[in-house]
Amino acid sequence: MTLNRRKFLGATAAMTGAAMLPRAVLAADTIKLGSIVDTSGIFDAYGKPMDMALRLAVNEINGAGGLLGRKIEVMAYDTQSDMALYSQYAQQLTRQDKVDVVHGGILSASREAIRQTMRKTGTLYFYNVQYEGGVCDRNIFCNGLTPAQQAEVLVPWAMKEAGGKKVYTLAADYNYGQITARWIEKYVRDAGGEVLSTDFFPLDVADFGATIAKIQTAAPDLVIAPLVGGAHLSFFRQWAASGMKDKIPLASTTLGVGNEHKVLTPEEGNGIMVAYSYSQDLDTPANTAFKERWSAAYGDPSALHELAISTYYGVHTWAKGVEMAGSVERDAVVAALETGVSFDGPAGKYTVDPKTHHATVDVHLMKFKDQKMDVVETLSQRPPIDTQTVCDLEANPDDNTQYEIQI
Amino acid sequence: MDLSFVILVEMLYAVASLILIGAGLAVVFGMMKVINLAHGEFMMMGGYATITAVNLGVNVFVAMLVIAPLIVGLIGLVVERLVIRHLYGRLVDTMLATWGLSLFFIGMTTMIFGNTTTGISTPIPGFAVGGYQINGYNFFIIVVSVLLLIGILAVLKTTRAGLVARGAMQRADMAASLGYSPDRIYMATFFCGSALSGLAGAVLAPLVGLVPTSGGAYIAKAFITVIAGGPSLVAGLLSSAGFFGIVSQVFTFAISPVIGEVALLVAAVILLRLLPQGITGRFLKGRL
Repeated sequence: MTLNRRKFLGATAAMTGAAMLPRAVLAADTIKLGSIVDTSGIFDAYGKPMDMALRLAVNEINGAGGLLGRKIEVMAYDTQSDMALYSQYAQQLTRQDKVDVVHGGILSASREAIRQTMRKTGTLYFYNVQYEGGVCDRNIFCNGLTPAQQAEVLVPWAMKEAGGKKVYTLAADYNYGQITARWIEKYVRDAGGEVLSTDFFPLDVADFGATIAKIQTAAPDLVIAPLVGGAHLSFFRQWAASGMKDKIPLASTTLGVGNEHKVLTPEEGNGIMVAYSYSQDLDTPANTAFKERWSAAYGDPSALHELAISTYYGVHTWAKGVEMAGSVERDAVVAALETGVSFDGPAGKYTVDPKTHHATVDVHLMKFKDQKMDVVETLSQRPPIDTQTVCDLEANPDDNTQYEIQI
Repeated sequence: MDLSFVILVEMLYAVASLILIGAGLAVVFGMMKVINLAHGEFMMMGGYATITAVNLGVNVFVAMLVIAPLIVGLIGLVVERLVIRHLYGRLVDTMLATWGLSLFFIGMTTMIFGNTTTGISTPIPGFAVGGYQINGYNFFIIVVSVLLLIGILAVLKTTRAGLVARGAMQRADMAASLGYSPDRIYMATFFCGSALSGLAGAVLAPLVGLVPTSGGAYIAKAFITVIAGGPSLVAGLLSSAGFFGIVSQVFTFAISPVIGEVALLVAAVILLRLLPQGITGRFLKGRL
C-alpha cells in the first residue's frame, strides 16, 4: 500500500477524530450545525450578515421547540477571508466536531475548497450564495440565484424598457462575469436582439472613460453591466458623470447585491434595472415581519442583503428536511429535501429542485429609485434552468462535477 | 472628428491622473529616497477625508483641495516623526516599515468606516461634444494636475524653501553646515509629499467607489511612473506620465481596457531595459 499525503492526512485526521469521540457522544443531545463564512477580512461585508441570518434562523427554530425535540447548536468558524482556512476548518467541522450539517462558503473558490471534504465525510452541505451555476453533487444544496435565473427575465424586460434591440455588455473578467455574459448574449438573441460588443474588465480596473466613449461610438439601446466590486462601481459613477445615464438605459445582474444602490446617489442610480430574489424594500408582510425580527435581534437592518436571506432560507429549508425525515442522518434528509421541499419567507417561496439541488425562486424585476429597489414585477418560481441543462441527480446520483455550461 | 476630440481628452485625462498619482511619491521617493509602500493608503485616506468632510456639509472643492491634503499631510507628519525619521538612508528598512504602515492604515480605516464601498458623486456635470457625452470632471483633473506641476516647479525653483530642500536632499551635511537643520527639512518635505498624495486621493475620489483596500490599485502605477521618470522631479513625472498615459489609452481604445493595462506594464519593462536610470536619466538631464 502506498501512503500518499492525502491518505496520511485523512488517516491522521480520522485518528484525531476518533480520540475526540467520547466527547462527541456526550454532546449528542443537540443537533450540531456548522457554519463557515468570512466574518472578518475583506469579505466581511458579505459574511457578517450571513452569520447573523444563520443565527437568527437557528434561534427561531430553537425558540419554537427545536428540531425533533432537540436544540440546534451552532459551531461557527470565521475563515477571515482566507481560502486556506476553509479547508482547515472544514476538516475540523467534519472530523472533529462531527457536525450534522454545514452551511457556508462565499466565493466559488471557498465552496470548491470544502465541497469534497463534505462529500467524503458524508456531511450534508448548504451553499447559500448567488454564483455562476453548474455544481452537480448530491451532497450539496445551492439555493442562491444562478446567472440564467436572472438573465432569463432581466434581459427581455430591460430590452423592452429600453425599446431597442442593440445591447452592449460590460462584464467582470472572471468566471462569474464570463458565464453571465454568455447567458446575456443568449437571451438577447432569443429576444431578437444583438450584442454589439462584450468587454471584460479585471476586478481592479477603475477607469472607464475610454469604455464610455467606445459605447457611444457603438450606440447601443441598452447597456448590461455584470460588474463586480468597489473598483467597478466607478463605472456607474463615471457613466452618470458623463451625462450618459439619461441617454442609454442600464441594467445589471450584480449591482445592489452588496447594497451598492445605497452608495450611488439618486442621480447616479435612478432607473438602473436589476433582477434579484430579494430586496430590503420588498413590500410584503413576510418581509416586514422579518425585518422586525432582525431589528429586534441586531438593530439596524440596513446591512441585510440577498446572501443573508439565502442563508436564512438555507437553514430553514434544511430544518424542514430534517422534520420530514425524522432524523438528521444525511441520506434521509437528502431524500426528504428531494421531494421538493419549499420554504416561504421574506423573499417569497424557495423550492428545492430535486434534479439539481438548486433552488426554484421568485425573481423580482426592480428599478433603482432614490437609493431603494423599487419592485416593478415579480415572477414567481423561476427554476435554475442553466444547471438543469447539465445536471440530473435523479439519473446520476453519483455525479460530482462543477459543469461549465455550454450555451 | 468628435471621437478624436473625445480620445484626446481621455488621453490627457490618463496622463493627468498618472501625474496626480505619482506626484506625492515623486517627492517622497524621488527626492527623499524613502520607498513609501503606504503611498496608496495615503491616497485612500485622502479620499475618505474628502467623503467625510462632504458628508459633514463642507463644500466639495474645499474638502478636496484643502481639507484632505491637510489631514493626510498631518498624518504623514506623525508617521515621519514616529517611524520614517529613524530610517533615513536605510532603503530596505523603510520598505518594510511603510508596508507595515499600509496594513495598519487599511485596518484602521476598516475599523472606522467599515469594509464597504463608499463614495461621493462628481461635482461637475458631463457635457456634449458633437454626438458624444464626456465627463466634465476629466477637465477638472487635467487642470489640477497642470496647476500642481506648475506649483511644484515654482516652489522648487523660485523660493528659498525649495532651494534649501533641494540642497538638503543632495548633501544633507553641507546644508547642516550652512545652518539648516536637515531633520526639519526632511520633516517638511515628507509633509508636502503626504499632502500631495492626499490631494490625489481626494481629487480622484468622486470617480471611484472607495474601499479601505483601494490604495492597492494606485501603488503599482505610482511606482512605475516615478521610477520610469528618473531623477528629475517635474520633468520626469511629466515625461513618464505622458508616455504611459498615451500608450495605455491608445491600446485601450484600439483593443480593450485589459490590453491597455498590459501595454502600460510592457512599456514600463521595455523602457527600464533601455533607460535603466529612467527617462530623465538620459534626456533632459539636470532639469527639475
